[in-house]
Amino acid sequence: MFAQSSFLKLVFGRLTFDAFPIHEPILVVTFLGVATGGIAVVGAITYFKLWGYLWREWFTSVDHKRIGVMYMVLGIVMLLRGFADALMMRMQQAMSFGDSQGFLPAHHYDQIFTAHGVIMIFFVAMPLVTGLMNFVVPLQIGARDVSFPFLNNFSFWMTVGGGVLVMMSLFVGEFARTGWLAYPPLSGIAYSPDVGMDYYIWGLQVAGVGTTLSGINLIATIVKLRAPGMLMMRMPVFTWTALCTNILIVASFPVLTAVLVLLSLDRYVGTDFFTNDFGGNPMMYVNLIWIWGHPEVYILVLPVFGIYSEVAATFSGKSLFGYTSMVYATVCITILSYLVWLHHFFTMGSGASVNSFFGITTMIISIPTGAKIFNWLFTMYRGRIRFELPMMWTVAFMLTFVIGGMTGVMLAVPPADFVLHNSLFLVAHFHNVIIGGVVFGVFAGISYWFPKAFGFKLDRFWGLMSFWFWVVGFYFAFMPLYVLGFMGVTRRLRHFDDPSLQIWTFIAAFGAVLIFLGILSFLVQIFVSIRNREALRDLTGDPWNGRTLEWSTSSPPPAYNFAFTPLVHDLDAWWDMKKHGYRRPLEGFKPIHMPRNTGAGVILSAIAVVFGFAMVWYIWWLAALSFVVLVLTAIIHTFNYDRDFYFPKEDVVQAEGERTRLLAAQA
Amino acid sequence: MNADTHVDHHDSHADEPAHGSLRSYLTGFFLSVVLTVIPFWLVMGDVLSSKQATALVIMAFAVVQIIVHMIFFLHMNPRSENGWTLMALLFTLVLVGITLSGSLWVMYHLNANMVLDPGMSQMP
Amino acid sequence: MSATDTMTTSAASGGQPRVFHVEDEHHAEGGSTMLGFWLYLMSDCLIFAMLFAAYGVLGGNYAAGPSPKDLFDLPLVAINTTMLLLSSITYGFAMLTMERGRVGATQGWLVVTALFGIAFVSIELSEFSHLIHDGAGPQRSAFLSSFFTLVGTHGLHVTFGLIWMVTLMVQVARHGLVTANRRRLMCLSLFWHFLDVIWIGVFTFVYLMGFLR
Repeated sequence: MFAQSSFLKLVFGRLTFDAFPIHEPILVVTFLGVATGGIAVVGAITYFKLWGYLWREWFTSVDHKRIGVMYMVLGIVMLLRGFADALMMRMQQAMSFGDSQGFLPAHHYDQIFTAHGVIMIFFVAMPLVTGLMNFVVPLQIGARDVSFPFLNNFSFWMTVGGGVLVMMSLFVGEFARTGWLAYPPLSGIAYSPDVGMDYYIWGLQVAGVGTTLSGINLIATIVKLRAPGMLMMRMPVFTWTALCTNILIVASFPVLTAVLVLLSLDRYVGTDFFTNDFGGNPMMYVNLIWIWGHPEVYILVLPVFGIYSEVAATFSGKSLFGYTSMVYATVCITILSYLVWLHHFFTMGSGASVNSFFGITTMIISIPTGAKIFNWLFTMYRGRIRFELPMMWTVAFMLTFVIGGMTGVMLAVPPADFVLHNSLFLVAHFHNVIIGGVVFGVFAGISYWFPKAFGFKLDRFWGLMSFWFWVVGFYFAFMPLYVLGFMGVTRRLRHFDDPSLQIWTFIAAFGAVLIFLGILSFLVQIFVSIRNREALRDLTGDPWNGRTLEWSTSSPPPAYNFAFTPLVHDLDAWWDMKKHGYRRPLEGFKPIHMPRNTGAGVILSAIAVVFGFAMVWYIWWLAALSFVVLVLTAIIHTFNYDRDFYFPKEDVVQAEGERTRLLAAQA
Repeated sequence: MNADTHVDHHDSHADEPAHGSLRSYLTGFFLSVVLTVIPFWLVMGDVLSSKQATALVIMAFAVVQIIVHMIFFLHMNPRSENGWTLMALLFTLVLVGITLSGSLWVMYHLNANMVLDPGMSQMP
Repeated sequence: MSATDTMTTSAASGGQPRVFHVEDEHHAEGGSTMLGFWLYLMSDCLIFAMLFAAYGVLGGNYAAGPSPKDLFDLPLVAINTTMLLLSSITYGFAMLTMERGRVGATQGWLVVTALFGIAFVSIELSEFSHLIHDGAGPQRSAFLSSFFTLVGTHGLHVTFGLIWMVTLMVQVARHGLVTANRRRLMCLSLFWHFLDVIWIGVFTFVYLMGFLR
């Protein structure tokens, strides 16, 4: 008996049948739902014989446009999971007053708020933002692809791998119960001995590799592959913000990696970095992780500032007001974002001098952000504004984000922060800037560039439904939290004693339901748009009368993006081309040098997931084996020297001829 | 390592990474040997009476040696990649400075403000 | 890039015609690799910065255990530093012979470099095993945790550099000094010299300054 159990331990580590939560009805129902849905999707793909197509044309694709679209799909799928968590939390807080304990036990509730934060930041906001940058940046700078197309595919699959590990924790074991940043000593082995924290660590580490590499890739792309004539100060604002964002990614994700390595050493090896004894210091973790955490906020919000800039200029029919100041504001934010991290823990006790330094830098950083708001306002001023969906999101953003920005400045005042720290006021503030900034921006970006990606516009009616549900729902869901925060209610509470607070959590839950309808409307919008795609078709490639180079090619763009590399003369290159009576070249096409598709990214990421899983469950033999295989696979991949081909001239001629015909039919 | 091919590239000279010559490698090597030996000698031979002075001097030697390596071994110069490598390096150094000194400053003040016996950190 | 496609010119309002396309200019294959790799090194540099920060903050917390003065063997560190410095210059020789296209000499210098690298890692491992044997393992105190992590991470980098070097030697043997292989050797050169720079920080801040405490 003993021999058998130690043998099982050797083979399966600490993975036993108890790890499968068959005794938790909510999880069982969820599992049945996910399994049914999964089987339906897999069955449909098999029935329509799409596996080969998906593998050849998408999973192994090194085309930045396809990878961008896959990032978006990942972000939207994970949004559904993250939002399900949000809905459950709101329901719990609306119900759990006085004698009622709500429907979530503490053990489960704590996992939910942790998973919600982790998923929404790392697997919703990051993929959505990265996806848009991936799709748009090469098109905006007149490039054929990114600098390292294979690396791009690999980065995407590593992000997926991290997501898979986090999702796996739902049905095999459990997730962390520590809050999204997992402060020790709670996240140390003494207080979180179970697998939840390990899922957290390995999920983020695997995804972090992808994020860092994709950041390097996009910086190199913007620096090296700009079309001739596109000087730095002629780059579209979105490309500028993407450049700054990726600089922030490359300069901050290593910090997260290092901090999580130290935490894992504490958990796996028994070192004393963040322990309470043997000279460890848990506050060092808080200090280090916020050195990553604050730039991360700007990683999310800078690219959407770029989206709003493109949208505001396009739909006002004017060039962006104060392009230069916009660029300088972005660069300022990039640097300043490294000087404010302590405002996340004013209450830690570093004293007046430290707190006032970081309080002041935090207030300074609101100046370039405020300048941007004025730039967008003046862009709209006297413009011929078209209230298409992207513009509506932009206006909603400007109204909402200013509120979030101002509550942020309130939190930047250390004495005020001592009152508001870790209260629902803080929760309301960061949802205000992340939903009102990032989410609205991503929706603006999706509705703006969807026709470029797929060749047809999104349905307007369902887009408006989604827009109004989201905006109104946001105010219902989060304004009550400001009130509760002022009353001193702290975050992450599962149960309340004071029944007078219930009305506020009830309103917040109502808001969450409205947002749920907003998400549903968005899905319906996609469905309806695909069904009516012929009516919504964009044949010109330039449905919005755009200003930047991505609108100069067809919708969707050909695999090679541009038959001829554009020559840029001015800011707003495509506008400049249109103004000067540009005519498309009709002959002289050449074969185009392209990278080959490869399955290496999928394979490497799959091995990384196995490695992460083995580490989570202490299956040491599998961890060692998968690590060796991972390194060997990477080395074997470098032995492949044949990675490119020439896109034949006939195909270019045919694709461009097709476009010529379509454009002629339009005219 | 990526998108590597055997297609020969005909880069413009501005993009060509800088190469060292035998002379520059040997100069760099000689300088770094000197810059390594002196700090070791200062510490191991207990040459300077003040520990603080020794610490400052060896830190200065480290900084100089890092610059020597950057120039002679890593071939840093303001021209390669149109200055982007140097800019990336300077940006990184600024961040390293901010995070290192910031962490030390923040954590020092935190420790100083704790109303615990200062000897506590020495206890197991 | 200079030759332009006259097809796409147009009579612009300004008078002189504007050209909107270039005769396809071929972005050199792998032209971004050196910059991309440099950016990776910068991100790696920040990982080390965090480990240095951890050592800086926690390095004085001995938890009533041994202090640097009790543990560090400076002559051994000096020998180790010598190994790394020698490997740096021999890698430099490998690069110089590579530029002249001499495959055999390049491989020879790479072997010498790898031997110095192996010596470095072995000395470090024996130092670690001594410390652990004496009860001064990474679990003993926050000082030792941060010491082992910082120095060990550097050693791990050197180890991966060695694996990479062997891989490249095989690839050079197979394909010769083709452009792709030259580029890979240049990347490894950056990596190798970068580790040397990190080591300057390690021996100064950890070993020498630790000895002064």
